[in-house]
Amino acid sequence: MKLNQTPRVDATRILGFGSYRPERVVTNDDLSAIMDTNDEWIRTRVGIVERRFADKDQTVPDLAVIAGNRALADAGLKPSDIDTVIVATCTMPCGIPNAAAQVSSRIGIENKGAFDLNAACAGFCYSIGTASDLVRAGTARHVLVIGAEKLTDSVDPYDRANAIIFADGSAAAVIGPAEEPGIGPVVWGSAGELVDLIYMREDRYLFQEGQSVFRWATTAIAPIGLQAIEAAGITPADIDVLVPHQANLRIVEAIAKKLRAKGARQDMVVAEDIVTSGNTSSASIPLAIDRMRADGKIRSGDTMLLVGFGAGLSYAGQVVICP
Amino acid sequence: MASNEEILSGLGEIVEEVAGVSADEVTEEKSFVDDLDIDSLSMVEIAVQAEDKFGVKIPDDELANLKTVGDAVSYVAKNS
Repeated sequence: MKLNQTPRVDATRILGFGSYRPERVVTNDDLSAIMDTNDEWIRTRVGIVERRFADKDQTVPDLAVIAGNRALADAGLKPSDIDTVIVATCTMPCGIPNAAAQVSSRIGIENKGAFDLNAACAGFCYSIGTASDLVRAGTARHVLVIGAEKLTDSVDPYDRANAIIFADGSAAAVIGPAEEPGIGPVVWGSAGELVDLIYMREDRYLFQEGQSVFRWATTAIAPIGLQAIEAAGITPADIDVLVPHQANLRIVEAIAKKLRAKGARQDMVVAEDIVTSGNTSSASIPLAIDRMRADGKIRSGDTMLLVGFGAGLSYAGQVVICP
Repeated sequence: MASNEEILSGLGEIVEEVAGVSADEVTEEKSFVDDLDIDSLSMVEIAVQAEDKFGVKIPDDELANLKTVGDAVSYVAKNS
């Protein structure tokens, strides 16, 4: 019996971005009012000046719907043009239901493929790789990828190690067919032997071994970025914009420094959205991109290196062209 | 194998690059945290660079025991 196969597509690209930052701004002084910390300590350790917290009654799907609608508008597409929705998240309150089905329905994308993808803070890059391959294989025509996280539900609000870092937000991208490739091959992987470095405790609050995670992120991630550059068939000097997961400003700077030592340009734009957004896990990379586009720091056609890394441990990176 | 003087001077260079503390300040009796004002993340960066420079392994649980510059010099001398 010979079965039909979907017709393939040669190339894909990102057609648009959209993001949502919750209204409530939380400064370092707001946090030092309720726990033993201070503005200077937070700025020097993690580089965060302020972050956004969602309202108590806002859910992960609520955040995702707003960003998803904005990405559709940016791409110039209607809900009916989308046939698959991937929500990258690790902060849905429980495994059932997932976020993607309800998000899809609320955006008006009816009866289409919808699933969540959990690769923690690497989730957005995993999802872009997955979405691009779904389009290339002919399974989907246009995929809506949304990174949406409400980390404030998963962090002890009085935990001075973590409550200063994690925040809420969502951002999305639309992936579709292209004449010229705008999404390079994904380089992804995991280090499950290091699972104990970041996990949710029995009380469902996040724990991480700060020093060990910092060591891993500042040594293992730049090489993943270099592999993604090589996989795309370009060189470090071709990268206009570096967008690492916004975990800690010092990690961002360390990755940029290592890439520059391997030939990346001094004038390469480096995403530093963590300063005003905190660590929003799978939402951090597209949030940073959308902010830089709005601020005019990056332009359509720029070559961007994305690299996500986090719990699992998991990591993924790829080169993409800015829409 | 490097002498203690060579290890001290190499550590001084690393600390100066990572934390902006003058290498002359990096002497054996100094505490990294209390005297040189080096935080836990900078300690990781110093450890990673020391590993490359001296060919030693400094796991995070060992790193916690290196309170003074002298502790670090002895550790590197013993393990390189």
